[in-house]
Amino acid sequence: MTDTPLLDLTGLTKAYPGVVANDSVSLAIMPGEVHALLGENGAGKSTLVKMIYGLVKPDAGSMKMNGEAFAPAEPRAARAAGVGMVFQHFSLFDALTVAENIALGMENAPKLNALSQQIRDVSDTYGLPLSPDRVVGDLSAGERQRVEIIRCLLQEPKLLIMDEPTSVLTPQEVEILFKTLRKLSAEGTAILYISHKLEEIRALCDGATILRLGKVVGECVPAETSARDMAEMMVGTVLQTPTRAGKTPGEVVLELKSLSAKSQSAFGMPLRDISVEVRRGEVLGIGGVAGNGQDELLAALSGEMLTTPGMILFQGREVGLLGPNPRRGLGILTAPEERLGHAAAPDMSLTENAMLTGAAREGLEKGGLLNWGAARQFAEKIIAQFDVRTPGPGNAARSLSGGNLQKFVIGREVLQRPELLVVNQPTWGVDASAAASIRQALLDLAENGTALVVISQDLDELMEISDRFAALNEGRLSPPRPAHDLTVDEIGLMMGGAHGMEVAHV
Amino acid sequence: MIRLEKRPEPSRAFSLATPLLAVVATMVFGGLLFIALGKDPLTSIQTIFWEPLFGEFAFYYRPQLLIKGAPLVLIAIGLSLGFKAGIWNIGAEGQYIMGALFGAGMGLAFYPLEGWYIFPLMVMAGGFGGWLWAMIPAFLKVRFGTNEILVSLMLVYVAEQFLASMSLGLLKNPEGFGFPGSRNLQQYESAYNADLIAGSGMHWGVVAAMIAVIFAYVLLSKHRLGFAIRVTGEAPRAAKFSGVNPTRLVLFCMGMSGLLAGLAGLFEVSGPAGQVTIDFNVGYGFTAIIVAFLGRLHPVGILLAGLLMALTYIGGDIAQSNLGLPAAAIQVFQGMLLFFLLALDMFTNYRLRFGRAEVA
Repeated sequence: MTDTPLLDLTGLTKAYPGVVANDSVSLAIMPGEVHALLGENGAGKSTLVKMIYGLVKPDAGSMKMNGEAFAPAEPRAARAAGVGMVFQHFSLFDALTVAENIALGMENAPKLNALSQQIRDVSDTYGLPLSPDRVVGDLSAGERQRVEIIRCLLQEPKLLIMDEPTSVLTPQEVEILFKTLRKLSAEGTAILYISHKLEEIRALCDGATILRLGKVVGECVPAETSARDMAEMMVGTVLQTPTRAGKTPGEVVLELKSLSAKSQSAFGMPLRDISVEVRRGEVLGIGGVAGNGQDELLAALSGEMLTTPGMILFQGREVGLLGPNPRRGLGILTAPEERLGHAAAPDMSLTENAMLTGAAREGLEKGGLLNWGAARQFAEKIIAQFDVRTPGPGNAARSLSGGNLQKFVIGREVLQRPELLVVNQPTWGVDASAAASIRQALLDLAENGTALVVISQDLDELMEISDRFAALNEGRLSPPRPAHDLTVDEIGLMMGGAHGMEVAHV
Repeated sequence: MIRLEKRPEPSRAFSLATPLLAVVATMVFGGLLFIALGKDPLTSIQTIFWEPLFGEFAFYYRPQLLIKGAPLVLIAIGLSLGFKAGIWNIGAEGQYIMGALFGAGMGLAFYPLEGWYIFPLMVMAGGFGGWLWAMIPAFLKVRFGTNEILVSLMLVYVAEQFLASMSLGLLKNPEGFGFPGSRNLQQYESAYNADLIAGSGMHWGVVAAMIAVIFAYVLLSKHRLGFAIRVTGEAPRAAKFSGVNPTRLVLFCMGMSGLLAGLAGLFEVSGPAGQVTIDFNVGYGFTAIIVAFLGRLHPVGILLAGLLMALTYIGGDIAQSNLGLPAAAIQVFQGMLLFFLLALDMFTNYRLRFGRAEVA
C-alpha cells in the first residue's frame, strides 16, 4: 500500500433548496480499504456517493483520485475512472438472462459467448456462484445482487460503492457477500460500504466515517468501537433501549389453522399452511426476506383478503370472511408496510387519514354521517402523543417525512386500543430515536395485554421486541421459537438459508 | 431550462384559480381562432358571453340558460361521483336516451288517460331506464373486469339505434301522418313537464338539478359513502384497507350517474323537447363530462360550469346565426375550455422552476 489515498474528498458541499445535504464533507479512502459510511436516513450518505459516482455535481469542494483531480460529469466518466456502484434497488430486466442484462449495461459489450465466459471466470474467482444463462426473473434477491456486483467487477473497479447491500439478504447470503468483499479488498480494491447495520460494519470495515445532518461528526475504527457508541454518534443523543417487564402471556387471542390463500397480485406469494397461536401480552416476531408472503399475511389478517372462515380464529371466533371494518370492530388492527397509498392516502389531510381507520372505533361516525371535528381531535391526539412533526392535522400526508408519517400511522392504530395489532415493517426508514419510541409503544401495548404480530426485515428489531420468533419463507411459516436464545445461524436457517445456494469457495 | 417540480402540498389557490384562467385563455385563443376565420374577435366573444345575458333578446335567452344548464348539471353531478372514485362512465349520452325512452314510454302507455300519478311514474321510469343502461357496464366490470369506459361508450351507439327504432316503430305517433317521432308530450297535460313559472325556463329538471347539487355536496363532505368515493380515487389500496368494498362502490357510482342521466333525459323529452325523435339527443351526455371537470368535480363548481357551458351553447347559436360562425368553430371553442382546464390543472400539484436541472 502507498500513502496516497485512492480517493480523497475535501470540503464537499451540496445544497438543495431548503436543506444542505452535504456540508464540507472530507473523507479519504486508501487502496484496499473497506470504509463504512454511517448515518441515519437523510444524513447525506446518498448525496455523497452520488457525487462520487457523477450523478450529482458538488457546489463546492474537490475530489482527488490517486492524487489527481477527479470531477466526473456523469456516471460513465466515473466508471471510466474506476468507480463501480451497486445500488440498493436493482436495475435488471426480469425477462432477460444474466448475461443479457450485464451486456445491456456495458459500453462495448463483447459477444454473448465471450461475455458468459467472463462472467463465469469472475464468479469463480470471487466466490459468487451464478450461471450467466439463467433468467433474472427466477433469481433470488441475493442472486440478483450478485448480477449487479459482477457487472461492476467486469469493469475491474478500483473503488466499489455498495449502498445498503445486505437489506435484502439472509444471514448466510451476507456471509457469502462478505467473503467476496474481503477478497476484493485483499486484491487492492477499495470498498465504500453504506449501511446502518452496525454489527456488520464492525465485522467487515477497516474504517468508518459517520455523517449526521450532512456533516462529518466522527470517524472511528469499527472493530474497536462498540455498536452502541457508533449509534449514539449517528443519532447525536443517548439511545433509550426499549424495556419491558417479563410477563407470562395470557389466553390465546389469534389462532391461525393451516392458513392457505392465493395472493391477490400476479407476482405475489401464496400463503401455505400457516399455523400459529398468539396470546394476550405476547409479541410474535415474523422475519424473512421481503416477498416471501409478508404482504399477503398482513392482508389476510387485516381483512383485505378473505379466506376460508375457520382458518383464522380471533378469540375463538371465525373471522376469515369479515372485511376490515368488522374486524376493527372486534379489535383487530393492522398497519401495512407501504405508508403512502396503502396505510395512508397521500393527498389527503391527516384528519382525513385519521378517519380512514378510526371511524368506527373512535366514534367518528354516526349512522353514516362523519364527525370531522372529532376526527381532527383524534388526529391531534396522535400528533401530540407520537411526536409527529407537522404544522397541523390539516396538512397532507405526503408532506410528512417518512419517519413522521410512520409514527402517525402506527400511532393511529395504537391509540385505538387494539386487542390484536399486526404491523409490517413498523420502523422502516425511521430514524433511530423515532424507531426506539415506536418499539417502546408496541411493547407498552403488549404490557397492557394486546397480542402483537410484528412482521419485519430488521432482525435486530425482532430480537429486541419479540417473545417468540418465526420466519416466513416461500409463504410458509416456520414453527415459532422463543426469541431469547436464538442464534443468528439458527435464524438464518429458519429464513431459508442461502436459498439453496452453496456457500462460496474462497 | 424550465422544469416542473412537485409541490409538497396541493395549492388551494391554484385549484380555485384554474377554471377562471382556463376561461381567460379560451377567450384569448378562441379570439385568435375567430380572427383566422375572418371575424372580429371582440364582437364574437361578446356575442357568445354577453348577448344571451344582457343583450336585446335576453328575455328569451335567459330561460334557455336554465333549460340547457339543468340536464348538463344533473348529468355532470352523477358523473363526478364516479370520476372522483376513478370510475369512468363515458356513456351518459346513452343513459340519457334510455331514460327518455323509458319515461316517455311510461307516459305514452297511459295516453289519453289523465292523472296526477302519471308524471311521477314517468320520472321513476326515466331514472330506472338510465340506471339500467349504466348497470350493464357496471355489472360487466365487477363480474368480468371489463373496461367500463369502452362498454359504456359503445352502449351509447346501441342506445341511439334504440332511439331510432322507437321513434320509427313502437313509439311512433299513430296520428303523425307517417312522420317519425312520438306524440308530443307537451300536448298531453298529465305527462308535460311544463315551466313551474310560465316563461321562466324553470321546469322540474331544474329543481332536480338543484337537489342533486345539494345531495352531492352533503354526500361528499359529510357522509361515509362520499368519503369512500374520495379515498378510492386518491388511493385505491388505502380505500380497500379502510374497508371500502370496491364492487359496491362501482355499482353505486355507475348506478347513480345512470339514474341522474336518465332523469335528465326524461325531463328533456317531457318538457323542452316534447317528443321522442331520431335526433332527440344533442350531446348533453358528452358535454357533461367537460362540465364535470370544468367544475373540478365539485358540486358547486359543476353548477357554475353547467351554466357557463349552457351560455356558450346559446351564445354559440347566436354567433352562428348573427355572425355566420361555423358550428365547428363553436365546438372547438368549447373543446379549448376543457383543454386549457386540464393543462392548467398541472399547476395545482406542480410548479415551474427556471434554471438548470439537477441530474438524477
